[in-house]
Amino acid sequence: MKNMITIFINDKEYKVEPDQTIMKAADKLGFKIPRLCYHPKLSIEGACRVCVVEVEGHRNFVASCAFPISDGMRIKTNTHELRRARRDIVELILDNHPLDCHTCERDSNCELQRLAASMGIRARHFAGDRKRYEEDLSSDAVIRNPEKCILCGRCVRLCSEIQQVHNLTQSHRGFSTVVTPAYNAPMAESVCTACGQCINVCPTAAFLEKNYTQELFSNLNDPTMIKVAQFAPSVRAAIGEAFGLPVGTNMEGQLVASLRLLGFDYVFDTQFAADLTIMEEASEFLERVKGNGKLPMITSCSSAWMKCLEQFYPDLIDNVSTCKSPMSMQGAMTKTYFAQKLGIDPSKICSAAAMCCTAKKYEAARPELMFDGMKGVDIVVTTREIAWMIKSAGLDFVNIKPEQPDNPLGLSSGAGAIFGTTGGVMEAAIRTAYDLYTGQTLIDIEIEAVRGLKGIKEGSLTMDGKEIRVAVAHGLGNACKLLDVVRKDPDRYHFIEIMGCPGGCVGGGGQPYPLTNTVPLDDAALTKRAKALYDLDRGKTIRRSHDNPGVQKLYKEFLEHPLSEVSHKYLHTHYQAKLPVGIIPKEAKKIEVKP
Amino acid sequence: MDDLKKGMEVTEAKFKLTLCDGTACIHKHSKELLLAVESELDKHGLRQAVKINLSGCLGMCKDGPILIVNPGFVMYGGVRVEDVPEIVQSHLVDNKAVTRLIISPDYLYNRFFRVFGDVDFFGRQMRICLRNCGIIDPENIDDYLALRGYEALAKALEMMTPQEVVDEVKKSGLRGRGGAGFSTGLKWEFTAKQVSDRKYVICNADEGDPGAFMDRSAIEGDPHTVLEGMIIAGYAIGASKGVVYIRAEYPLAIKRLEKAIAAAREHNLLGSGILGSNFDFDIEIRLGAGAFVCGEETALIHSIEGSRGMPRPRPPYPSVSGLFGKPTLINNVETWANIPVILLDGADWFSSIGTETSKGTKVFALAGKVHNTGLVEVPMGTTLREIIYDIGGGIPKGKMFKAVQTGGPSGGCLPEQYLDTQIDYESLAKAGSIMGSGGMIVIDEDACMVSLARFFIEFTQDESCGKCTPCREGTKRMYDILTRITEGKGRPGDIELLERLGGMIKRASLCGLGQSAPNPVLSTIKNFREEYEEHIHAKTCRAGQCTAMLSFTVNEKCIGCGACKRVCPVAAVEGARREKHRILPDKCIRCGQCYEACKFDAITRA
Repeated sequence: MKNMITIFINDKEYKVEPDQTIMKAADKLGFKIPRLCYHPKLSIEGACRVCVVEVEGHRNFVASCAFPISDGMRIKTNTHELRRARRDIVELILDNHPLDCHTCERDSNCELQRLAASMGIRARHFAGDRKRYEEDLSSDAVIRNPEKCILCGRCVRLCSEIQQVHNLTQSHRGFSTVVTPAYNAPMAESVCTACGQCINVCPTAAFLEKNYTQELFSNLNDPTMIKVAQFAPSVRAAIGEAFGLPVGTNMEGQLVASLRLLGFDYVFDTQFAADLTIMEEASEFLERVKGNGKLPMITSCSSAWMKCLEQFYPDLIDNVSTCKSPMSMQGAMTKTYFAQKLGIDPSKICSAAAMCCTAKKYEAARPELMFDGMKGVDIVVTTREIAWMIKSAGLDFVNIKPEQPDNPLGLSSGAGAIFGTTGGVMEAAIRTAYDLYTGQTLIDIEIEAVRGLKGIKEGSLTMDGKEIRVAVAHGLGNACKLLDVVRKDPDRYHFIEIMGCPGGCVGGGGQPYPLTNTVPLDDAALTKRAKALYDLDRGKTIRRSHDNPGVQKLYKEFLEHPLSEVSHKYLHTHYQAKLPVGIIPKEAKKIEVKP
Repeated sequence: MDDLKKGMEVTEAKFKLTLCDGTACIHKHSKELLLAVESELDKHGLRQAVKINLSGCLGMCKDGPILIVNPGFVMYGGVRVEDVPEIVQSHLVDNKAVTRLIISPDYLYNRFFRVFGDVDFFGRQMRICLRNCGIIDPENIDDYLALRGYEALAKALEMMTPQEVVDEVKKSGLRGRGGAGFSTGLKWEFTAKQVSDRKYVICNADEGDPGAFMDRSAIEGDPHTVLEGMIIAGYAIGASKGVVYIRAEYPLAIKRLEKAIAAAREHNLLGSGILGSNFDFDIEIRLGAGAFVCGEETALIHSIEGSRGMPRPRPPYPSVSGLFGKPTLINNVETWANIPVILLDGADWFSSIGTETSKGTKVFALAGKVHNTGLVEVPMGTTLREIIYDIGGGIPKGKMFKAVQTGGPSGGCLPEQYLDTQIDYESLAKAGSIMGSGGMIVIDEDACMVSLARFFIEFTQDESCGKCTPCREGTKRMYDILTRITEGKGRPGDIELLERLGGMIKRASLCGLGQSAPNPVLSTIKNFREEYEEHIHAKTCRAGQCTAMLSFTVNEKCIGCGACKRVCPVAAVEGARREKHRILPDKCIRCGQCYEACKFDAITRA
C-alpha cells in the first residue's frame, strides 16, 4: 500500500492515497463536486470549469477533475464564491442554449438540466445572442444539432480516444466554436461509423439518433401491410431501465407482448437469426480453416465496425466474414422464407427492427444488403425509441403479461442470446464450430476467456488436435489496436470477433440514457446487462445454434445447407473500400478505389 | 571559437551607412532607398569606399526609414528616394551633413548608444535584449560573431557544467518575458531534473498582442542571439532538439531565422558535436497559423504536435510533460535573447540591473498617443512617466494624459496617479495591470474608456479558443454588455454585472488568456467608474466616441450652404438653399459627416 497523505477538505482532515486528482479523492470521501465535461473513461478536458474548487495558495480556482492532490493541501469545495462562480458558469452555458427543454428529446434525461437544477439558477442575468446552427440530418443514423452543444468535448474525446474514429473536432474559435466532422462534412459523408456513442456520452441533445418512430407508427396503422417485428438480444436486457427498472432486468416477454399491442402482426426474435448467423459463419470459418479463404476470419455483425473496416482497414476486407448481420439475415428470411410460407407478396411486409444500435439504421440503408430489389429491414428503431413508443401508446410495460415470440423465426438458443455482449459471438461460434469440425459435442460451453470487459481478450482451443487461437475486441479503438497487431502478424489468430461499441451491443449507441447519478458507459451497468443475457443462456435447454430446431427446419425447407447458393444469395454480402470526405488514412491511399 | 572568426571580412571603408531594414521601414520603402543609394554611389564611384549595412528594426518606426552615416553618427530620418542624391553629394562627397533630414539634432547628446549617436529616445534606454539590433547585419553571422556572438555558448560548452549554466541563469534573477514572469532559472532547473530519453527546447515567437512587435524585431535584428540562448539551454537541460514556434505573419523574421539556422549549422554551432564538444543540438522552425491563444505554452505545444491549439490544464507543466509528452523548456524570444549576456557578463552584473524582484531590462512597444512610438528597452524599475514623457516625448498636440494600458489586450488601464509606478512584475500587478509581453498604449483625453474596454474584450473574446466556459461564454457576455452601454442602452446594474462576470472569469478560466481577459474592463471600471455611470445613466460619452449616444442639430450659424446635405449618406438633412437646414433625428445614423463637413460651426454635436 502506498503512503497515505493528509489533505483538508473544508477544514476537515482526511488521510487519502496520493497520486490522484482532487475530484477522485473527494468522490471517495463523500463529496460529489458538481461536474460536466468530466467522464471517467475519457481524458481530462478541464473545459467546463463547473468542478472548480479553492486550493489554499492558489489565487485562482482550480479544476478538481484535473488538479492532483498533495500532502497538506487545503481544499474548499463549497465557499460562497465557488457556489456563485459555478452558478454563473452554468448560467452562461444555459444562456447560449436553446430554451426548449419541454420539446427536447432529452427532457428529464439531460445532464445540463439536472446540473442547472442543482445550481439553483433562478434568474437569467446574461441572456443575449445565442448560437444558431442548422441541424445536420444527412446521416441515416446519427443527427447532429450543434445548437444544443455545450462544448464539453466528451464526444470529441470519445470519438478519438475510445473509438479512434477521429471524426469529431472543435472548429472555429471563441463564441463561434462548434463541434463538427472534419472539413465540416455532413455526417453522412464524414468518417462517422454511426456507432452512436457520441449520443451516449453527450450530456444534452447535441447528438441524437434519427427518429423513425412516426414512420413506424404510420406503418403500424396501415391495415394493408403485414407488420413484422424483430428485436435484438441486448434490447431486452436494457429496455427496463427506460421504465425505472434496475439495470440488467430481462424484459423479453414484456417486450414481445408490448410489440404485439403496438400493432405488430408477428413478433420475431433477432436471436433466431443470430443462430442462423452462427450456422453460416461457423461453416465459413471451417472452410477457411480447411484452406478456402483468408485467416484470421473476422466477424461482421457490427455495422459500425463494417464502416470502420471499409474506411480504415480496407486491406482486411478479405478477412471479414461475408455473413450479413443477424438483423439483416432476419429481415431477408422474413421477406423470403416467411413470405412464401404465408403466401403473401413480400412488398406488403413492413419489416421493423428494435435495436440497441444506431448504426443498424445505417446498415438497413446499405444497398449491398438488398436482394430481389428489396430491403430486408425497412425501419430500425433504437431501444430508446421503442421505449418511447411503448410509453406513448399508453402501455403498462412493467406489469404487462409476458409473451413468447412467434414462430417460425422466433425460436432461439442460448448461443443467440449472448450475441448481445462482447465475446458472445465468439462463444456461440466456438460452440457450433467445434461440434461441426470434430463431430463431437463441446462439454464446457461457457468460455470465460472471451467474457468480461477487458478491451482485447485472447483465448485458444484445440479441435481435433488443431490449435485455434481467437481474439475478441469491443469498442472500435480496441478493434483498431487488435487489427494493427493482425496487420503485422497475420498468423497470430484464426478467428476474431469485433464489436463496434464498448461492451458489445449491450453498450450500443441506442440504449437507454443513464439514470441519475450514473455515467454513460459505466462498466457496472454494462456488466449487469451482459449478465442478464448470460442468465438467459443458462436458463435455456438449447444452448447451441445448430441445435435450434427452427434453424434446422429453415435449412430443410428453404436454405438447403450452410453456404448453399440460396444462403449466399440472401445471407451473405460484400464490402468495398471507402474514401470518405476528410480524413484519408495512409493505408487507404495505397488501395485503388474505383468510383 | 577563434577559428570561426578567422574568415571574417575586414572592412576598410571610408563611410559606413546603416539602413534600417525593419518591417515598418520596409513598408516606408527602405528597399527602394537601398537601390537608390547603391546606384547613386556607383555614379560617384564610391561603391568601394562605402559599406552599406542593413540593420534590424531600430525601434524608431515613426521616423523611418532611418539612414545612419558613420563616422559621425549622423542619423537621417524620413529619408525618401529623392533625398539620396543630396545626401551622397553633400555628406559623402562634400562632407557636409544634410541638416534638414537629421532627426532632432538638438536632442542629440552623448550618453549611451554610441553607434547611433545619442538620441534622447535611446539615451534613457538600456539595450540588452535588443543590444545588436540595428548594429549588426542580421543576415551575416560574422557580424554577430564580431560582437562576441556565440562566445557565451563556447564558454558554456568549454568551461561550465550544465548544472553551472542552470545555476547562473537562476542566480541572474531573470524572469520569463512572455507575460507571467515565472523564474527562468527555476524553469530550467525543473526541466533539467527530469529524466527522459528526449527533451525539447521551444522558443515561443508567437507574438500576438496587437501593437507588440518586440519579438519580431528581436528576431529580425539579431536572430543568432535567440538561437544561441536556445543552444545553451539545450546543453543545460540535456535536450537535443529545439523548435522555434513563430507566427507565419512574420515572413522577414522567418527568413532571417532560416538563414541564421543555416549559417549556424555551417559553422558547427548547430548539429552534432557542437564546437568540438560531444553536445548535439538542432533547431527547426514551426509556423503558427495565427491564433492568439497559441502563445499559451500548452496550446503552443498542441499546435506543434499538429493538434488544435487549445490549452490544457496544468499540472503537469511542460517541464514534466510537454511536447510529445516529453519534458520541454519553453521561453519567450526576449527571454532567450538575455541568456548569452547573462553567461558572458555574469549573473551578478545582470542582477545589478532592475528592482528587488525583477532583474534586467524589459522591451516595451510604445504606442498610442505619444510622440515617439516604437520599441524601447529600459531597466526594470524605470517609471511609466519616464517612458512616456522622457523617452516617448509626451502626448502630442498638447493633449492631457488620461491612462496607459500595459501588457497587451489583457492588461489594465492605469490613470495618472500610477505614472510614477516603477515597472516590475509586482508593482504593475499591484496597480491593477500586468507586465504581459510588454505592450504599452498611451491614451489621451480624447479616448472613451468604455469603448476602449470594449475594444480589448472584443479582441480577447474573438481569440478565445472556445474550450472553457468562462472565457468562451463569459467574455462574449461582457462584450455584449459593453456594447449596449456604448450604444446608450446600458441598464442600471450593468457595472456590477461586469464586475461579477469579470471576477469569475479571472478566477475560473483554464488558461492565462481567460484569467487576464477581464483586466481592461475591471481596471477601467476601477479607475474610470464615473465614465461608465455617465454612459449608463446620463447616456452621454464625454469623449464623443460613442456615436450612438450623440445627437446632431443645426444651430443659428447655418447659412444654408448645403454642404451637410451633400455629404449625408442617408439623406437625413433637409432644407432649402440659403435657408437654415434641419437634421431629421429619426433618419440620422450619427455618422458625424455633416459635423465634419460644416465650415461654419453650424452643427452642434451633443
